[in-house]
Amino acid sequence: MKKIYSVLVENRSGVLSKVSGLFARRCYNIESLAVGETDDPNVSCMTIVSSGDMRTIEQIEKQLNKKLDVIKVKTFDEEVSISRELMLIKVKYNKTNRKDIMEVVSAMKAEIVDMSRNMMIIQICDRPERTRMMIKLLSGISVVELARTGTLALSKCEMEG
Amino acid sequence: MTGAEAMAKCLMEEKVEILFGYPGVAICPFFDALGKTDIRSVLVRTEQNAGHAASGYARTTGRVGVCAVTSGPGATNLLTGIATAFADSVPLVCISGQVETDLLGSDVFQEADITGAAESFVKYSYIVKDVNDIPRVFKEAFHIANTGRKGPVLIDMPIDIQLAKIRNFEYPEEVSLRTYKPTVKGHIQQIRKAMQELTKAERPLILAGGGIFLSRAKKELKEFSEKHQIPVVSTMMGIGVLPTSHELYFGMIGNNGCLAANRAMKECDVLMMVGARVADRAVASPDVIMENKTLIHIDVDPAEIGKNVGPAIPIVGDAKAIFRDLEEIPIETDTKAWLQSLNEYRKVPSGRKAPKEHVDPAVFIQKLSLAMEEDGIYVADVGQNQIWSCRNVNVRKGRFFTTGGMGTMGYSIPAAIGAKLADMKKQVVAVCGDGAFQMSMMELAVIMQEKIPLKIVVMKNNYLGLVREFQHFHLDDAYEMVELGDYPRLDRIAEAYDIEYFLADSMDGIDELIRRFLDAKGPALLEARPDPMDTVKLAR
Repeated sequence: MKKIYSVLVENRSGVLSKVSGLFARRCYNIESLAVGETDDPNVSCMTIVSSGDMRTIEQIEKQLNKKLDVIKVKTFDEEVSISRELMLIKVKYNKTNRKDIMEVVSAMKAEIVDMSRNMMIIQICDRPERTRMMIKLLSGISVVELARTGTLALSKCEMEG
Repeated sequence: MTGAEAMAKCLMEEKVEILFGYPGVAICPFFDALGKTDIRSVLVRTEQNAGHAASGYARTTGRVGVCAVTSGPGATNLLTGIATAFADSVPLVCISGQVETDLLGSDVFQEADITGAAESFVKYSYIVKDVNDIPRVFKEAFHIANTGRKGPVLIDMPIDIQLAKIRNFEYPEEVSLRTYKPTVKGHIQQIRKAMQELTKAERPLILAGGGIFLSRAKKELKEFSEKHQIPVVSTMMGIGVLPTSHELYFGMIGNNGCLAANRAMKECDVLMMVGARVADRAVASPDVIMENKTLIHIDVDPAEIGKNVGPAIPIVGDAKAIFRDLEEIPIETDTKAWLQSLNEYRKVPSGRKAPKEHVDPAVFIQKLSLAMEEDGIYVADVGQNQIWSCRNVNVRKGRFFTTGGMGTMGYSIPAAIGAKLADMKKQVVAVCGDGAFQMSMMELAVIMQEKIPLKIVVMKNNYLGLVREFQHFHLDDAYEMVELGDYPRLDRIAEAYDIEYFLADSMDGIDELIRRFLDAKGPALLEARPDPMDTVKLAR
């Protein structure tokens, strides 16, 4: 079962290592992890995507709550969240495939953000399954480098009830 | 005022009476400042034992145990002490010296990333980089260590911070931690639900763990079980929650536990677990044992509920407060038939054959614990001596200490030192095997130097007995790495430290020998020689 944990933590040095260390030590899986400051500079938000059976999923939330640097944990399913991932892909292109690449970029509502005579960087910001699809579509082309943020997610407004 | 003086002042504010430690350059300013206070400092002989001694002190008093060591190897040596306290939920504040803040991370002499290394077995840790943070950090550390699920807190103190001048020292009255608010009072709805289940129960049972001592709920547990006539069993950490010969106490559960306790666990229809986490040694397959029963789980740590067993009626909070609320709700229970059937199990003979020519550890421990003062403290180490102790010790008004969670060999002597120094009026007896003894016998010097009239029993069988026993039962007697040989000669060790020595090599005149040993004025060491091939489990 897949779950998204939105974890508000004190913005102090060492906190990321404490939280990721907890996952490693207790053999919890991390599919992705993204961290950034919130509107309050003293608080960071970690978005962790993990999976496991019912007991594990419950334990992850409880163990996170035990950490003294953790302010709040929200656990939710993908369906009730808005999730996005940003990906940058540097590809080599030539005359013959340039048009194909442009077509993929436009079909996926991606964007070319940098370009030279034989290379370009494509940016896509979309649902995680769409970024995965983008990788698949470009797999026939020579990808030089690729970087992803990992999933960012917030629970849907209606969930706040 | 320097940072070091501020640290000492913080300990005074926390009314610390005693500190166990080992110096090095990186913690010298602190010890220098400490020396000018009334706080007693005890120099142990290896840092690990500073942690165990602080643990013995904390478990005796219910207060925070304090230890201080130097950076690098001093701190890494303490790690086992910290991990042991964490596994047994013992409140400690551990202070480590550290290299200068400017040099952090550059691998200089005696630098170790101790907060990083200790992360998975501290409740919280600090590395202080601003001298003005000292009062707040110490206030928080003592609060965190001794509230909620108790445990060790580590404060890493770079030497330049100890030497820096603090602007103005003000010890905070309160802590303000937005992320830490442990639940004390149990949810009233859940408490009502639990009492309803107990009313319906025909065979209710209370499983009590070390949490009873941590929340000082011994009296409340006794009153509750007596009032409703509910039988009680315990985990290893819970031994002593009720006097061993109390009519409602049926012993320790688990693979090393006793028959009556394990049958009670199997047959009960409502099980109320209090301050117990039922780890693998207590209940090997929790899902099986929890079949056909309603589980009420009381624990201060919500993460323990549903971790090893479940689902349950969870009650998160402090056991003492919850017992008081449970008491408020009147219920009718009739457990006569249930108690009668459990009492039948008590009559089942253990099947143990007493060795003729050696000391029988089972009988020896029964006699020893009964000969002790009623409120004495019995500290068992790890190994066969521990299992024999758990099964045979007779706790009356005193306490039984052992490391049930971590199982750290060598715990008993330093922990007994801490317990004795916590209350010099109490009789304290440490019981260990010859393996564990050799892991902490250097502390005999501390016993003499600090004039601690401790009584030490060494069960000497020339083997790492519990491992040998495992190899006997499971590995066709392949005794690898377990032979200790006949050394050291304990009479000579005792002589070297001017400690009175007694030898028990058979059961002849054992009562008289135990009497003389316990009556010895100063420290005494009793060497008991069981059959090296004796086992805690029944021979096949």
